[in-house]
Amino acid sequence: MSKKTNAIISAVLLAALCVFVVILEQILPSTHIALTVLKKSCIYALVAVSMNLLNGFTGLFSLGQAGFMLIGAYTYGVLTIPVADRASVYQYFDGGLIQFAVPVFVGLIAAGAVAALFAWLIGLPVLRLKSDYLAIATLGFAEIIRAIFQWDKLGVITNGSNLLRKFPTFKSVMFPLIVCGVCIAIIVLIINSSYGRAFRAIRDDEIAAEAMGINLAKHKRMSFCISSFFAGVGGGLLAMYQTSIQASTFKSAMTYEILLIVVIGGLGSVTGSCLASFLYIACSEWWLRFLDSEMYIGRFKVPLLRSGFRKVVFAVIVMVVVLFYRKGIMGDKEFSPARVYDWWQKRKAKKNAGKEAAK
Amino acid sequence: MSTNILRAEDITMQFGGVVAVDNLSLEVNEHEIVALIGPNGAGKTTAFNCITGVYEPTNGRVEFCGKEIVESYPHGKMKKTYKGENAGKYSKRLVQTPDKITQAGIARTFQNIRLFSSMTVFENVLIAKHMRAKQNLFTATFRLNHAEEQRMRKETMELLEMQNLAHLKDEIAGSLPYGIQRRLEIARALATEPKLLLLDEPAAGMNPQETQELADFISQIRDQYDMTIFMIEHHMDLVMQISDRVYVLDFGKLITEGTPEEVQNDPRVIEAYLGVSEDA
Amino acid sequence: MDFISKNLPYLLAGISVGGQYALIAIGYTMVYGILRLINFAHGDIFMVAALVFVYASASLPLYISIPLTIVATVILGFAVERVAYKPLRNAPRMSVMISAIGVSYLLQNLALYITGGLAQVVPSIPVISNTVKIGSATTKVVTLVTPVLTIVLVFVLMQLINHTKIGMAMRAVSDDFETSRLMGIKINSVISTTFMIGSFLAAIGALLYFTNYPSVVPTSGAMPGLKAFVAAVFGGIGSIPGAVIGAFIIGICENIIKGLGWTTFSDAFTFALLIVVLLVKPTGLFGEKATDKV
Repeated sequence: MSKKTNAIISAVLLAALCVFVVILEQILPSTHIALTVLKKSCIYALVAVSMNLLNGFTGLFSLGQAGFMLIGAYTYGVLTIPVADRASVYQYFDGGLIQFAVPVFVGLIAAGAVAALFAWLIGLPVLRLKSDYLAIATLGFAEIIRAIFQWDKLGVITNGSNLLRKFPTFKSVMFPLIVCGVCIAIIVLIINSSYGRAFRAIRDDEIAAEAMGINLAKHKRMSFCISSFFAGVGGGLLAMYQTSIQASTFKSAMTYEILLIVVIGGLGSVTGSCLASFLYIACSEWWLRFLDSEMYIGRFKVPLLRSGFRKVVFAVIVMVVVLFYRKGIMGDKEFSPARVYDWWQKRKAKKNAGKEAAK
Repeated sequence: MSTNILRAEDITMQFGGVVAVDNLSLEVNEHEIVALIGPNGAGKTTAFNCITGVYEPTNGRVEFCGKEIVESYPHGKMKKTYKGENAGKYSKRLVQTPDKITQAGIARTFQNIRLFSSMTVFENVLIAKHMRAKQNLFTATFRLNHAEEQRMRKETMELLEMQNLAHLKDEIAGSLPYGIQRRLEIARALATEPKLLLLDEPAAGMNPQETQELADFISQIRDQYDMTIFMIEHHMDLVMQISDRVYVLDFGKLITEGTPEEVQNDPRVIEAYLGVSEDA
Repeated sequence: MDFISKNLPYLLAGISVGGQYALIAIGYTMVYGILRLINFAHGDIFMVAALVFVYASASLPLYISIPLTIVATVILGFAVERVAYKPLRNAPRMSVMISAIGVSYLLQNLALYITGGLAQVVPSIPVISNTVKIGSATTKVVTLVTPVLTIVLVFVLMQLINHTKIGMAMRAVSDDFETSRLMGIKINSVISTTFMIGSFLAAIGALLYFTNYPSVVPTSGAMPGLKAFVAAVFGGIGSIPGAVIGAFIIGICENIIKGLGWTTFSDAFTFALLIVVLLVKPTGLFGEKATDKV
């Protein structure tokens, strides 16, 4: 299949997805779980892809994602709460320090920019560290950020450990779908550019990459900042989705969750991350819900089913994937019509070969 | 009169208490093929690493094309424990990361092949074009560097064709046979457009026929690209056949230097390789 | 002097919690020394130990429930290694670390399921829960018992490592994994032993730790676990005395910071310390340097 047909079919599929979502929104009640799942999985897909850029494509094992999302969420919240509502939100801090509000899109871009700025600052020293030391240092950084944002003295900006709320949010699924779609498209463009190749070279062999004239420090920091930018945007979107922000929700458990999504989808696969986000969120919020409630078949009570069982089953599934399907759903391959077509052709050829042999 | 391209002076590399390279000075002239030989553990690769910026030498300096690229002197803890010579001679520290040295025009290969094993042959070579491309993150992301990207791809393809690797361009590098991986590594180094090529044991693990092909290949590169080649090698046939001059290293020290014939007949070299008998 | 008398309660609490961190940190440092793996699940094993103790002592007397807790934790440590890490022996390090995170996730969710999300009250162990007066401060006996017990256990462990056959095997494996395998050392039994020792110490740490913090929730293990890991890095990962000293320093600093009224930053301080240590002296106080061969 030619490159052009592949691109056209991909575009058609994406358009079909959008149309499908629009229709879904028209027929389902606005509180339907399917729409909630779609909103959340779009946001998680963006964050997972941004983490994949770092962990899967550049080979930097960072666990700071929740920290950058927190920065993004707060930046968005602080900048976009309407001036009229500030007095009630910052009731313990005399209405807060900032007395202006910016439009939603400016707020989201600022969310990414501030996260990227923090990444640039922390990246200077931390990116010199190797594999697991980098992981633990970025994890530590996220914890420090969380403490700073809960600090009373900064309350005039961050509202301390109180909720930030009343900032603009979204209702339609289309909003996160389009914003995340555009962001992911940009990440894909980066991955397929000359810089993306340099990132992959660093992942494969740092020493060889350096011998090829790639400045390790510069490119690692670049990847770190790009990843954090989009994690920040994702954080802003997550704030919009949740309609309130509290620092204590951005724990390392959130980073682990995103890491598991990335691994399930396949390290080094963007489409894998997107697919895994949807499956992960749909399973944990929707499809496996029934495991949490007691169930009777006739008079027989199904054992084990009660609150919390869903998460156990889910964790077991995750472990099975990690242990037995180490490459995840997609490995480091991408989903594309051309690949499906090839696979189909091969299958057909195999079938025919089988028939021939049978004769 | 050939001009000097690489000049290393008084290079000493000490790890803890071990002096791996001891006061090594050498020169490579333009358009030459120079070999660095010596028994295992003599410090040959360490010397390469000092020149290419992988290690900072404990003492000494390196000049490339008349420009200084590396200089260092014993500092910190090494000040007290330094065992080498010429301790007071240098007083400047010029440390560059390997990528800067590659940009200056020295390319290298590695003893244990270091290809980007999950990438295709084409991409492996294309990577080398990244550093010299006129682009930034913005133009590259939004494909505003289209002309530059096309040029990089065209040059890569030309290079692959010249090295007879074009038919393998979409193969994954890690899955290629050993001999081809070696050749690809050299092709990749050439793609950085170097003036000097450092080869670290290019014939390691090759059979006699492959070694012969490699010898032809190296001579051909020199003539085709007007390249200077400095290599570490164990296969004496290869060294004797193609090199103009040979440096011999033993226990980190330079023991002799000369044409292949001179070195071959030098008793010190034979001693270094075979050891000297107790009663001699 | 004034500073000390004013901060005596915090100092004592610091020494006590430091000892408890030390017991966890040893598990991290030994596993890292051998497998080069940050065992993210170790903190959760610590939490499970406390839960087992809660359930065991609900129906059994203490002299049975305490040994039972320790045995159960040791078995859990062994099982986690066999199920989640052994199959990945030849996998990239990142996969093993992800597997560790997966185990941590599983243990936390299992605990959540079993406890029904309610905080479980840890029964107090007599004698060590009694209060004593030291100078101007009132504290529990456990504060005094912990450092002593920690030091005794570390001493025994050091003897084990330096003077027994299995100890020698452990040192060999942590020095060079592949070579010791070729030398006929049974790698798997050495690794299992390491995990069992680590879990044993974590169980004791849990019994002591939850004398001061009377209830346990599924996430109780995460923070002490991370801090113990920081202690191990601080002391030089792979070094047992380093981990112990690092743990005491972190425990004391953290409580002094609480004493100064900066409670929000007591956790952040630990991580700031970690980042500083990694940048200034990545090998920690007693670690050995390893270089990559090019």
